[in-house]
This record gives sequence, structure tokens and C-alpha cells, in this order.
Amino acid sequence: MIDLYQINPGLWVILAGLVCALMPANSLRKVLAIAAPVFAAVMIFNIYDNTEVLAGQFEIGGVTLTTLRIDNLSVVWGYLFCLAGLINAIYALHEKSWITDSSALVYTGAAIAGVLAGDMLTLFLFWELTAISSVFLVWQGGQHAYAAGVRYLVIQVLSGVLLLAGAVIYAGSKGGDFTFGYIGLDAPGAWLLLIAMGIKAGFPMLHMWMQDAYPKASITGTVILASFTTKFAIYALARAFPGTDLLIWIGCAMTMFPVFFAVIENDLRRVLSFSLNNQLGFMVAGIGIGTTMAMNGVVGQVFVHVIFKGLLFMSIGAVMYRTGTAKASELGGLFRSMPYTTVLCLIGAGSIAAFPMLAAFVTKSMILTAALEEHLWIPFAMMLFASAGVMEHSGIKVPHFTFFAHDSGRRVKEAPWNMLVAMSLAAVLCIVLAWPWGGYQLLYSIMPYETDYSPYTWDHVVFQLQLLFAAIFAFTLLKRYKFYPAERRAEIVDADILYRRVGKSIAIWGDAVWTRLSVRMKSLRAKTAGHIGRRLYHAFSPAGALSHAAPSGLSSVLIAAVLILVLIFAYVAGT
Amino acid sequence: MMSWLSTHGAAFAIVLPLLMAAVVALLPSVRRLAWAVATLVAIAVCATAFIVLQTQIDAGVIVYEMGGWAPPHGISLRLDAVNAPILLLIAAMGVLSLVYAEPATHAEVELKKRGPFYAAMLLCIAGLMGMVVTGDAFNVFVFLEVSSISGYTLVAMGANRDRRALTAAFNYLILGSIGATFFVIGVGFLYAETGTLNMEDMRAILANLDGGSRVAQVAFGFIVVGLGLKLAMFPLHTWLPGAYAYSPTMVTAFLASTATKAALYLLYRFCFTVFDPSFEYVAVVLTYVVTGLAVTGMIFASLQAFFQTDARRTLAFSSVAQVGYMLLGIGILSVAGLAGSYLHLINHAVVKGGLFLALGAMWYQFGITRISDMAGLSKTMPITTAAFTVLAFSLIGVPFTAGFVSKVALAEAAAEKGWWWAVAVIMVTSIIALFYMGRMMMVAYFSPPPAECLREDGKVLRREAPILMLIPLVGLAMMSILIGLRGNVILTDISENAARVLIPGGGL
Repeated sequence: MIDLYQINPGLWVILAGLVCALMPANSLRKVLAIAAPVFAAVMIFNIYDNTEVLAGQFEIGGVTLTTLRIDNLSVVWGYLFCLAGLINAIYALHEKSWITDSSALVYTGAAIAGVLAGDMLTLFLFWELTAISSVFLVWQGGQHAYAAGVRYLVIQVLSGVLLLAGAVIYAGSKGGDFTFGYIGLDAPGAWLLLIAMGIKAGFPMLHMWMQDAYPKASITGTVILASFTTKFAIYALARAFPGTDLLIWIGCAMTMFPVFFAVIENDLRRVLSFSLNNQLGFMVAGIGIGTTMAMNGVVGQVFVHVIFKGLLFMSIGAVMYRTGTAKASELGGLFRSMPYTTVLCLIGAGSIAAFPMLAAFVTKSMILTAALEEHLWIPFAMMLFASAGVMEHSGIKVPHFTFFAHDSGRRVKEAPWNMLVAMSLAAVLCIVLAWPWGGYQLLYSIMPYETDYSPYTWDHVVFQLQLLFAAIFAFTLLKRYKFYPAERRAEIVDADILYRRVGKSIAIWGDAVWTRLSVRMKSLRAKTAGHIGRRLYHAFSPAGALSHAAPSGLSSVLIAAVLILVLIFAYVAGT
Repeated sequence: MMSWLSTHGAAFAIVLPLLMAAVVALLPSVRRLAWAVATLVAIAVCATAFIVLQTQIDAGVIVYEMGGWAPPHGISLRLDAVNAPILLLIAAMGVLSLVYAEPATHAEVELKKRGPFYAAMLLCIAGLMGMVVTGDAFNVFVFLEVSSISGYTLVAMGANRDRRALTAAFNYLILGSIGATFFVIGVGFLYAETGTLNMEDMRAILANLDGGSRVAQVAFGFIVVGLGLKLAMFPLHTWLPGAYAYSPTMVTAFLASTATKAALYLLYRFCFTVFDPSFEYVAVVLTYVVTGLAVTGMIFASLQAFFQTDARRTLAFSSVAQVGYMLLGIGILSVAGLAGSYLHLINHAVVKGGLFLALGAMWYQFGITRISDMAGLSKTMPITTAAFTVLAFSLIGVPFTAGFVSKVALAEAAAEKGWWWAVAVIMVTSIIALFYMGRMMMVAYFSPPPAECLREDGKVLRREAPILMLIPLVGLAMMSILIGLRGNVILTDISENAARVLIPGGGL
């Protein structure tokens, strides 16, 4: 009998996904989609006993694999992904698509299994599985998502390949020990690992796939995609590179640059993708700082981020489901027809902007405080600016242009009940996890380190409110005097122009050159081959010079020649 | 009986076919009488060879003194791990060829010549076995001539089918005689140098003389060239394609799988146990001349095989190329190389014998000699074509067949020596083999059968070969698979034992 506790809980979810792929009955699939993450969470709860648990070890080809490791870091992600999987499943209840159901489950399971993996080979396996299973969600977005899906897949698989290469080099230097733990930048292969994780985490210049693919996926697809891939990468970074100074600057850059894109972007799902990137920046910077306070902040931020970012994507998804568009220029005034969605979206927007009493307030400040404690003034300032920017584009712009602003005249139905349930669940969590009297303490209790940080001090609350109101004031002022970029129908081309335009042009040019060259080469090759073949034929064919039935006389001469040859050699060698 | 055979078996296996050849030649021309007697004799010889092999494996070395005269003055038969398996190989191929001969020879040789034909066949078997077992150098020459002269006769018997057999036999006669003469000249020089004809004695005396004088060197040169001619070493192979292409089908199969192999055995014997590679001139000739000619022959003969239109000539040139593999194994001068060579010798005897049998069956049913005529054979002669395919794969060296085992052994030996170019040559010639054998199989499998083989309703008329042809053919095909699957257990032991006897010190 196999001990069930030796099995990585993510595998149950993957198994459920595979069953879904063969299951024709929609309702049964939905039951599985909801039950699987819950079951996985129960399994994690049963296995984890507040100390590091290593299980599922076996040896293959001389390498010991630890397929399951639950410790104070990975358990947070494990629960979080199970929770996200549950919310996503509820949100997707209305959709009758076995592709979405099965790939979402496999993707969720792969992410859970990946964060609970104890060695780098298992990590690699699920790293690639998240890429491969999730691309179907992108392709579910329709015809125009196909190319984006291919680009997404290529980059994600590339990330996996880099991860494997780095892992092999790293393990080679450790004598074949593939255990996934702290690595640090000085270890061999560390840069490959960092770039691999950087691609998935959306480092600047490696981030384009996110804003490229997420807005093009299906409505539920975007919500599901936004939950796992990047947070999986954040987990890997937190495990392998905590306290790496370089990450502070990478993280700060990540918090800053999406602000500008997000402000001018028209597609609201793309705005949220930029905002997602910006949030990841806070986490990366927190990992770079690496103190216990910062790491606690990162873990908390990841936890609440998945919830409120999911809530925002879900609310925009609900709007899109009813109106068929997520373009700011085509929306507006929807608060009349979708009041519940409006409220829920506002809670999400307030959470991401870190309003007091809402989720991010209790976690983001930990990262900022950690930066201050380490006297990192410039990163602190950069993150402060970015916080205001978050308020600007996610806290104000998204709800404003969707539900208020000028009335688009659309009168639609309220979002379906299952979406409302999923969003309500997320919104309640946003409030509960920041509740000053017993709420945020719950969140802090699952953080990897003991903490006595208290977010609800007067100076903190006041300072945060000042920041937020200043941002609101600025927005109002800009709108009033028409300086705020108006919503326009346009697609912003980011650094992905490198491969979407320039790279493509080079490829087309190279193809043309190659075609011409190969025509020449082909005729040359044919000529040479024909020539050699003719020569060989003339020599060896039955009519050829070397294939005549040799007359006895000629053969005798040959015999004599060989004899002389042998004798000469024997003579020279002998004494 | 058994104990008598195990003592006198080696002599009995030679004397029986020699005596019975005379009887068979004088038998009245009744339909199958000569065939039946010859086959029975061959079976008896094969059984004897099997018992002799058993005895040899138990005893290690058997020395049998003919007429009770002790060597070095008397003639002795000497069996060890090198020649006992070859003895059985020759006897077994003799039986298979003779079983196959009933239908084939019926079509190829007229009735009144069949008695002498089978007599020549028995003589050839006796001569080849004598060459292999004898421990006396001059005796080797005698048996060489016995087998050769009967071989010329057998080739010439193909004239009934194709008149070119006569010129081929004549060519074979002239060149074979030159080869035998060179050999006997070499033996004469050796006698002058050592004063003995017994090969064990020669070995001891030559070792004492530290390789001997110029006389021994000249003797070595003549013997290598003489044997090289007999075993079709490139470029001394010119007699071979004609002889193989125009002789009666069973003769081709028999000669291809035994005659050149017996000569190759003699080359092992003389290069490694009479002479010794520790003599500088032996090592140099083997390393440079023999290896050089072997590799050149592998490439040239493979290319020639590729461009042939006649199926049997293709296989004949392929044989020359395969001899190159075996010579390469000798030239490597290591136990591994020799073991590979020996293994390839046995495998090639099985494979090429089987392929010629298959072509003979095709000729028997459809008169096919050209590759282009093999169209649709997979439908008209499915069993023959299946066996042919298996054997062709083995010749190419597809995994799980005999050819793969020995080619890998040779390539490993070459790599061990650092001769990567030789590994490359083995690969390239195997690829050429893929092409020339593949060409035949393409035609056999993918071209439609000729119109006269189609019935009114469009179905293909099957004309499978007679059962007596199929038994040896399928037997050999299964043998090649067996060697490919399990051969590494049995045959590798045999070939390594043989190589260790030849190079007692374990190589240079």
C-alpha cells in the first residue's frame, strides 16, 4: 500500500485534471474542479506538522529526488494555490469547456506540486508543466490569441530549459546533489537559474510575455493564469536568492516602469497585467532585502496579492463577460447595471492600493519598513512612488473608467451568481486578512518568521492616507485640466517590439536570403553529387573500368604486385 | 562408437568423404541415388565434426597421429579452439547445401553428370576439412589442392545454366593454382629455414631463431599472398565474382560460406601460430599491407556491389568487402580484434550462405539473376523473401541480427586501438551495404509482380520454393537471428577462446 502522505498533494490535482480531460459530463468536471484543490489543501494540512517534512524520496539514475517538501515557506504557497484554485473554479462554474477545466486543474496542480518540490529536477518538471498546461488557457482566448500563446509557450519553455541547465551545473558543482535550497549568486549556474526565474517572475525586459498573453486569454483563463505562474517564480526566488542585493534594484525597477505603461494603456486587462508586474516588483525587492521582516512581508504580500489581483481580474472579467470588451474607451457608467460588481471591484482596488482596513495595507508596509530599517533610501523612495502609481492606475483608473466616467450607455445584466460568489469570497478575504482585531494576526501567523509588527499605528495610517489622497487629488486635478491621457484605442508596444517587430523582420529577411542561397546551393550540390555519382558509376558499374571480368593475365600481374609489396615491407621491417 | 569417434573422429571426418566420393562417382545414374548417398555422408561427417568439437572443448587440444607416426616425422591432425568450430561450420554448411541441392541441382546439372558432381562436392568438403584440421604444412597444401580442384569442377558445372561458368572456372583455376603454388613455395622456403613441415615444430624453431632469416621473411610473403588469393583479399579477388555468379546455386552458397573461410583460418594459423606478430616483419605486413588492403577492399568492393545489376554479383562483391572486415580484425593485432574477425567469419558464413541460397531459390522458381527482375517477390515467394530480408538485415548489421554483433565487436576493437578511421570505414561500408541490400528489398517489396504471376482476378499467384530449399534457408535465417539475440553468450566465448589460442600473450 502506498502511503498517501508520501505523495505530493499537487499530483492529486493534476490527476483530477487528467480525469477531466476524459470526462464528458460538465457537472462532474465542475465537482472535480472544486473538490481537487480542497482535497489537496486537506492533504497538505495532514502532512505538515510545523516542521520541515521531506517525503516521496526515490532514486532514479543515481539522483535522489525529493518530490515532496513542506516547510514554513512552501506551505504558505501550497495553501494559497489551493485557495486560488478553489476561487478560480467557482468563478469558472458557468463555462462549459473541458479544455479550460482540465488545463486549469493540471496547471493548478503543477503549480502546487512545483512549490512543494524538494529538488530541482522535480521543480523543473512542474515548471515546464505549468507552461505547457497553461498555454491552452491562452489559446482559449480565440483566434487572435494563437500567436501570443505560441510566444508565451516559447518563452516559458525557454525559462524551463535555462532552469534545467542551471540546475545541472549547480548540482554538478555540489557532487550531484539536486536539493533545492539557498543558492546565491556566487554558485555555479546561479545566473542561469536567476534568469530562468526572472523570466517567469517578469523581470524588466523579460516581462513582455505577461502583458502579451494575459490580456488575450479567455475571461476565466486570464484569472487563472494571473494566479500561479508568476507567484511560483516568486517562491523559487524566495527559496534560492533571499538577500541578493541585485534583486532590490531589479524589484524597484519592476515596481516603477509598469506605472507609465499602465497609465496610458487602454485595454484594462492589460492595465492589470502591468499592475501585476508592478506588484511582483515589491515582492522581488522584498526578497532582495532578505531580512526576516522583508521575507514576512513578501510572503504576506504574495498571499493577499493573489486574492486581490484575482478579484480585480475577476471583476473586469465579469464586465467583459457581460459587455464583450475590456477597453476603457468602450466602457463607463456600469455602476448602474452592475452594482455588486462595482462594490467588489472597489474593494479589490482599495486592497491593491493599500487602503487601511484592506489587504495590502498590512503587508506592503512590511516591505517598505524593512527597506527603511536597512537604510535603503533610494529603493524606499522608488517603491513609494510606485505605491502612488498603483493607486493611480489600479486603484482609480480601473474602477473609474469601467464603472463611472462618462456613461457608455451600456445597460447589461449583473454578473452571473457564481462570479459574484467567487469575487465575494475574495473580497471578504481582503477585508478579513486586514481586520485590525484578530484578522491580520491570522495572516501573520502563517508567515515563516515570528513577527511583532503592528500595521495599525497612527503614523502609518495617516501617512498611507496622505499618500493615497495625494494620488486621488493628482488624478482629479489632471482630469479636471484634461492632462490625464484620454482612453484611446491603441496597443502599446513595449520591449516586446524586440522580438515582435525587429526579430520578426530579421527572421523574414533571413528566410528570404536562405531561400536564395539554398537554390544556388542546391544546384551546386546536385552538380557535385551528379558528378561524383557519374564518376563512381563509370568506375564500378558492370560496364565500368573496375568491374570488367579481369583476365587471368592482368590478375597475375596484380598478384605479383602484391607479392612485391609484401616482400618490400617484410624486407624493410626485417633485419 | 562414440568413444571411437571421439578418438578417431578427426581422421574419419576426412577419410569418409574422400572414400565415398569415389563410390558416389561410380554410382549408376539413378534419379536421386547419388544425392542421397552424398547427403548421408555429409550428415555423418557433420555428426562426427560435432563430436570432435565436443571432445576438443573437453580436452583443449587434440593431436591425432596419422598411422601412429609421431610428429614431427609423421603427419598429425591437430585440433584446438581455433579450428574445431570451423570444422563444424564447414560440415554443417555442407549438409545444408546438399539438402538444398536436390531440387536445385536437378534443374542445373544433367542426370549423368550428377554422380561426379556430388563426388566433387564430397571431395571439396573433405579437402576443406583437411586444410583445417591438419597440423602439417605440406599436408595443408595437399588438401588445399584437393578442395580447389574439386571447387573448379563444381564451378564449371554451372555451364549448363550459363556458359560463362566455363571462363569463370578457368579463371578461378589459373588464379587458384597461382595461389596454391605461392603457398607451396612459401612452405618450401620455410622447410629450408626450419627443416620441418610440422607447424608446431616450425613455430618452436622460428621462435628460437627469433623470426629467422630473410628466407623466413620471403616464405611469409609468399604464404600471405598465396592465402590472400584463396580468401579473396582485395585486389586478389578477381576470380571470385565470376565464380560465385555462374556456378550452380548450391555451389555458390557452399563456397561462399566455407572456401574463403578455410583459407582465412589458414591465414590466422600461419600469421599467429607458425609465424608470430612479435616478429617485426609479420607485424609490419599485417598492420600496413593487410590492413591497408582490407580497408581499401571494404570501400571498393562495397561500391562495386552497389553498382551491380546482377544480384549474385552484388553479393559476391559484398563478400569481398566482408573479407575486408575480417582482415581488418587481423590487422588490429589484438585479442579483441581477432575475436571480432573470427566472429565475423562465422556470422558471414551463415549470412552469405543463406543469402545465396535465397537467390538460388529465386532463380529456381523464376530464373531471376538480375536485381530488376526481383519485382514483387514478397508476394510471389513470401517465405523466401522474408528469410532473405532477415539475412540482408544481418549483412547490413541491423541490431538483433548476427552481423550487428560482429560488426560492433570489430568496431570496439578498432576503437580500443584508437583506430577511429577504421570505425568510420566500418560505418560507411555498412551504410553502403544498407543501400545495395536495400535496393533489392525495395524491388522485392514495392514493385508489382510481373504480369504472368497475376491470376485472372488480379490476385498474385504464389510460387514458393520447394520445401527442401526452404528448410536450409529458413534455418540459416533463424540462426542469424539467434546469434543476434543470444550469440553474445555462445559465440563470443568461442571467438574469444580462439583469439586467445592465437595470441596467447594477450596481444601486443
